Amino acid sequence: MDELIKNLGLLINATLVATPPLLYAALGSCLSERSGVVNIGIEGMMTVGAFVGATVGYFTQNAILAFLCGGLAGALIAVIHAIACVSGNADQTITGTAINFLAPGLALFVSRIIFDDSTDTAPITGAGRLHKLFDGVFPAGSFWNNVLNVHIACYLCFLLVLVMWFLFYKTRFGLRLRAVGEHPQACDTLGINVSKVRYICVILSGFLAGLGGSYVTLATVNQFRPSVIVGQGFIAISAVIFGKFTPHGAMLACLLFGFSSGVKVLTSAGNVVSPNLISMIPYLATILALVLFVGKARVPAASGKPYVKSK
Amino acid sequence: MVKKKILDNNALYTIIAILIGFVAGAIVLALAGINPATTYGKLFDSIFGQTKYLVYSVVYGVPLIFAGLGVAFSFRTGVFNIGAEGQFVVGALVSCVLGIKLDLPAVIHVPLCILAAAAAGALWSMIAGVMKVKRGINEVLSFIMLNWIAFYLSNYVVNLKGIKADGKEATVDILESARILFPKEILTATGCKSFNYGIILAVAAAIAIWFIINKTTLGYELRSVGFNRFAATYGGINANAAILKAMAISGAMAGLGGAMQILGNQMRIAQFASQEGYGFQGITVALIAGSNPIGCIISGLFYGAMKYGGQKLSLVGAPKEVLDIIMGTIVIFIALSHILKKLLSGRGK
Repeated sequence: MDELIKNLGLLINATLVATPPLLYAALGSCLSERSGVVNIGIEGMMTVGAFVGATVGYFTQNAILAFLCGGLAGALIAVIHAIACVSGNADQTITGTAINFLAPGLALFVSRIIFDDSTDTAPITGAGRLHKLFDGVFPAGSFWNNVLNVHIACYLCFLLVLVMWFLFYKTRFGLRLRAVGEHPQACDTLGINVSKVRYICVILSGFLAGLGGSYVTLATVNQFRPSVIVGQGFIAISAVIFGKFTPHGAMLACLLFGFSSGVKVLTSAGNVVSPNLISMIPYLATILALVLFVGKARVPAASGKPYVKSK
Repeated sequence: MVKKKILDNNALYTIIAILIGFVAGAIVLALAGINPATTYGKLFDSIFGQTKYLVYSVVYGVPLIFAGLGVAFSFRTGVFNIGAEGQFVVGALVSCVLGIKLDLPAVIHVPLCILAAAAAGALWSMIAGVMKVKRGINEVLSFIMLNWIAFYLSNYVVNLKGIKADGKEATVDILESARILFPKEILTATGCKSFNYGIILAVAAAIAIWFIINKTTLGYELRSVGFNRFAATYGGINANAAILKAMAISGAMAGLGGAMQILGNQMRIAQFASQEGYGFQGITVALIAGSNPIGCIISGLFYGAMKYGGQKLSLVGAPKEVLDIIMGTIVIFIALSHILKKLLSGRGK
C-alpha cells in the first residue's frame, strides 16, 4: 500500500513537471486561435523563451526576472507574427513556419555569440533556478512532497487557467475576442477594432509561449539546449484542438499529455516500453480526437483568415 | 507598359524578398559584432570556390528540390502540405530499412527502395487526405501531428535490433547495392564522395510535375479544384478524388526526397534530437519558386548551396544559424509580397 501511494506520488509529480510548459503555451495558442489567428510559431516562441530564460537566469541569478524575460522574448517574436498576419494579411501558416525558422535560429545564433560558440547555455545554478514552493516542509520522498512541492510557476499556470476562463466568458474583452474570431465583419460593423484585439491576443500568446519555454529551462532542464523544446509547442497546439478551443479543455488535454510524458520518464528507467512510442501518444490522441469528435471541436470560424476591412 | 509588366512579375518580389533576407542577416551579424561582408564572402567562397564545393551544393540541393516539388504541387491544388517533413522522414526510413535488409542486385534494389519511399510518402500524406475528404479535418493540423509521429517512428525503428549500429545512435549503413552514387571516376574527378544520380532524378521529377500540372486532365482538374472547389464540382470534377490524388503525388515527392538523402548521401539514419526540417525547407523552396516546378530546381539548389556553404561559416566566427534567420525573413517577405506589389505599382488604394 505504501509502495503504491509512493509510486502514485511520483507519477503525479512527473505529470506536474511536464504539464506547465504545455499549459502556458496552450493558453497562448488558445488566445490566438480564438481571436482568429493561427499561430504555429508557438514552437519557435517557446524556444526563444527557453533560451532567454536560461541566459537571464544564468547571468542575473534571479529566476523570476528570467522567467518574465522569457515571456517577453516570446512576445517580441509574436509581434513579428502579428504585424505580418494582422496588418500585412499574410498567410498565417506560412508566417508561422517562417517564425519556426527565425526564432530558434536567432536563439542559437545569440547562444553561440554569448556562450563561446556553443548552442548549449551554461548550467543555471542556485537562485537562477525557479525554486519549489514548499522545500523542506514535507519529508523528502513523501507523497505530499511529490504532489505539493512543485515550482511556483506550476501553481501559477493552473491559476492562469481560471483567469483565462474568466477573461473569455465573463469580461467584455473576452466576448469581443471570441466574436472577432468568429465573425470579424460583424464586429467591425459594431465598432470593435478587430486588428487591435488580434494584436493583443497574438502578442499575449507569444508571451505565454515564452513563459512555457523558460519554465522548461528554469525549472526542469536548468540549461538551454537546441533540443529542449522539440515538439512541445506543437503538443500545446494539439491540446487546444483536443480541448475544443477552451482554456479549461486545453488544461485537461495538457494534463493528459503531461501524464503520458510522465509515464515516459518513469518507465524509461526500466526500459519497459520504448519512450519513442510513448512520445507518439499526444499526437495519435489528437488525430483520434479529430477523427472522432470533429463536429464538436469546431475551429473558430474566422481562424486562419486575414480580415480585410471593406471600404 | 514594360514597367508595368516588370512590376507584375512575381519573380521581382521574390528577388526583393531574398535581398531583404540577406540585409536582415547582415544586420543581425553586425549587431553581434561580426563583419557581414567577410561572412557573406566566406559563404560565397564556400559555394563557388572549387568545383568540389559546387558539386556538394548540388548534392545538398537534391532532397530539397524533391521536398519543394511536393509542397509546390500541393500549393497548386489548394492544399497546404506542411506535412512534407513527415513524408520525407518516412520515405527516408523505408528506403533505409529496405537498403539494409534486402540483398538484391543493384538494378532491382535501387528502384525498389526508391519506389517504396515514394509509396510511403504518398500513404503518409493520404492519411491526412482521407481525414480531410471524409471528415472535413483541416490538413494543416493532421499534417503537423503526422510529422511528429513520423519523427518518433523513425527514432523507434533506428533503435531496433538488427538495424541499429553497435555503439552508435544510428542505423548501420545501407548495402552498396542500394546506393545511387555516380561511378567512381566521376566521384574522383569532381572530388565529391556523395555525387549521385539524385540530381538527374530531381530534374526529371520537376519536368514530370510540370507536365502533370499543365498538360494532363488530372492537372487541369487539380488546378480547377485549387482555384475554386465548388465551381470545379459544379463542372463535373470529383473534387475529393482530385484532392486525394494531389496529396498522394505531393507526399510521394517528399518521400522521394527522403530516399535521395539516404541512398545518395547519408547512407544511414541517425536518431533525431530535433526535426531535421527538410519538409519545412521544402516550403521555403516552393515559395521562392512561386510554386513553379521548374523554379523549384533553382530554388532547391539555392537552398542546398546555402546549407552546404553555411557549414563553413564558423571558420570566420559567424554562427551558421544566420542562414535560418535569412531564410525565415525571406519567407515572411514572400508572404507579404502582395503588399510590396501594391506599394510599388501604386495600385490598390
